[in-house]
Amino acid sequence: MSTPLIEITSKEVSINNYEEPFYLNLGPQHPSTHGVLRLVLELEGETIIGCDPRIGYLHRGVEKLAETLNYNQTIVLSDRLDYIASVANNVVFCLAFEKLFGIEVPRRAKLLRTIVGEMARISSHLLWLATHALDIGAMSVFLYCFRDRERLLNIFEKICGARLTHSYVRIGGVRLDFTQEIIEDLYQFTEEFPQLITEYETLIDVNRIWLERTKEIAIVSAETAINLGLTGPVLRGSGVAYDIRKVRPYDAYSEVEFEVPVGERGDTYDRYKVRMREMRQSNWIIKQCLDKLKETEGESILAEDAPDLLLPERVREPEPKPHPKKGFVFTGKEVPVVPVGEAFASIESPKGELAVYVISDGTNKPWRLRIRTPSFVHISAIPELIRGHMIADLIAVIGTLDIVLGDCDR
Amino acid sequence: MGVALWSEIVILVAVALLLLLVALFHVAYLTYAERKIIARMQQRLGPNRVGPRGLLQPIADVLKLLHKEDIIPYGVDKPIFHLAPLVSLVCAASGLALIPLWDTFVLSNLNVGLLFLLALSSLSAYGVILSGWASNSRYAFLGALRASAQLISYEIAMSLALLSVVLMAGSFNLQDIVKAQMESPFKAYIIPQIIAFFIFMVSAIAETNRVPFDLPEAETELVAGYFVEYSGIRFALFYLAEYFGMVVMCALAVTCFLGGYIGPFNIPGLPFFWFLLKLYVLLFFYIWVRATLPRYRYDQLMGLGWKVLIPLGLLNLFFTALLKLWL
Repeated sequence: MSTPLIEITSKEVSINNYEEPFYLNLGPQHPSTHGVLRLVLELEGETIIGCDPRIGYLHRGVEKLAETLNYNQTIVLSDRLDYIASVANNVVFCLAFEKLFGIEVPRRAKLLRTIVGEMARISSHLLWLATHALDIGAMSVFLYCFRDRERLLNIFEKICGARLTHSYVRIGGVRLDFTQEIIEDLYQFTEEFPQLITEYETLIDVNRIWLERTKEIAIVSAETAINLGLTGPVLRGSGVAYDIRKVRPYDAYSEVEFEVPVGERGDTYDRYKVRMREMRQSNWIIKQCLDKLKETEGESILAEDAPDLLLPERVREPEPKPHPKKGFVFTGKEVPVVPVGEAFASIESPKGELAVYVISDGTNKPWRLRIRTPSFVHISAIPELIRGHMIADLIAVIGTLDIVLGDCDR
Repeated sequence: MGVALWSEIVILVAVALLLLLVALFHVAYLTYAERKIIARMQQRLGPNRVGPRGLLQPIADVLKLLHKEDIIPYGVDKPIFHLAPLVSLVCAASGLALIPLWDTFVLSNLNVGLLFLLALSSLSAYGVILSGWASNSRYAFLGALRASAQLISYEIAMSLALLSVVLMAGSFNLQDIVKAQMESPFKAYIIPQIIAFFIFMVSAIAETNRVPFDLPEAETELVAGYFVEYSGIRFALFYLAEYFGMVVMCALAVTCFLGGYIGPFNIPGLPFFWFLLKLYVLLFFYIWVRATLPRYRYDQLMGLGWKVLIPLGLLNLFFTALLKLWL
């Protein structure tokens, strides 16, 4: 006897004409679930009447692991969350820790963080466009996007030596300064990138099939989007201009100009449009930051009171005590290595609102580190978005939500 | 008399084998050309490791697929599972016998050649449906359902388009259709029958399950659709059938719309030159479409078939009949 995959069936069950529901197990190994997402679908023909996402196939216990590592070491873990835009994760970890330690980051480091953050946003959006288009069937866009993402990855490699898991940001600043070569590369990239976006748009923007596949698909009203907890481009596609870079500016976002693109109807096409316009804005932000970088030439990239990469296990307050034979000994009561308390930081990651809540008990390791990731919330919204659509639309919806399973399962 | 009959049969078999070999060669290198052309369009290199410029890649692929283990999953309907790829391939490939490659070279000059070709292409969908049913897998089953739905919406449009050609030529015989085009004022039916040509090409893409109508095997939705459970040589047979289907459909389009083997002038020594040239142009079109377009959704495809192509085909047929009546 096999047990049903999902107990809840949307059909009315009557004993007289019982019709066995048609279940389809989509994933965890499936070409277009963007990793290891598993969806149990209840179908009627090709129409989806029930959807049950199952997650956890990529669970690595990052939150628990972080409790056993030094503060600076956890940043390496953060790379593995949303591995497509790992700098964004680095930044939010560091922001939370800096708030906890009370460290002010120098301006140059802030600018550098903003630049890499926007580079990560562009490369993440390029990957999103590539896979979204591939899921819908446009193969060429996929390869064009990868070609251009390659340029960004090469620049990342020059910046910090890594292409995917950067660990570029550290508490109190950044790890390395930009060389002149990197700045020139970035200037050249920002010059050429707007034309490349136009190139993708000419391929799919006026394509009838693309419009039919994305318009009026998975419409989310502003109210539903807020109730579901959607953030980032998905929320802005529904017409809510909520962008943490504007609402609670961090890093150098308060000193650069940029617009927050919003959609109107909240369908898949609007979300596509929002992301395409965001890429242009990110490009603009990088350009502004590069100009400002000249003003801060030669300044420090690390705060003076930034903690060491490895914090000591315990610290004793030097307290001279008279000793009958040795004169004085320096014993003292233990003091906290880092300030006791809790801190919360959230940023606008390419996928949505990424937040970290950290509690410190004074040791050199976080007592608890909680990560709020956008992909987790977005996956929970799939059943709501997909009801009444077809299998082909499900693929478009997974694409439009821009989920990363490493981000979701943690 | 006995000797004459035997020699006739031997010659027929030899010619058929030769045609099959040439066609197989074409199909093998069509896969290579497709990969190379799409790679070029997408700014990559394509196969370039086996042989000079990757020219031996198709042969390596065939050898690899022959060596692979032939996995028959538990719970499949074995006889049908074995039969389905063969049905697909035989129906797709035997259409070639009816195409007039030259005015003296056509393997079987049937009087109802066009009807026979249509029948074969409809039958080849049975391969898809049977394989999907026999696989006992939900993805394959959905693929098979899509295939049958696609078939009934596109077969009609395609037949309507070809029917206008038959009206123009006054014959179902493909050789006669080519000859009628030779005598027509434009030398090819593509000019008076441009709408029919358009309908035929769209339906042919749907018929051969190619992008943007590759729903039965939609990789990103149904993984591989109807042949998801197949492996090794059986998988290769499906693959072959798809490319044979492409070649036959293009050859049919060349014969019915582009004037077949007739060219503006004769090239001595190369009798098939014009036919092959036209065939390659159409095949290139197929490949080009694949590199450019996204995939339709199942219901949108049905809508396109029933709401656009069939009414258009009917109107076109009606006007062709009127023209034929008055002129």
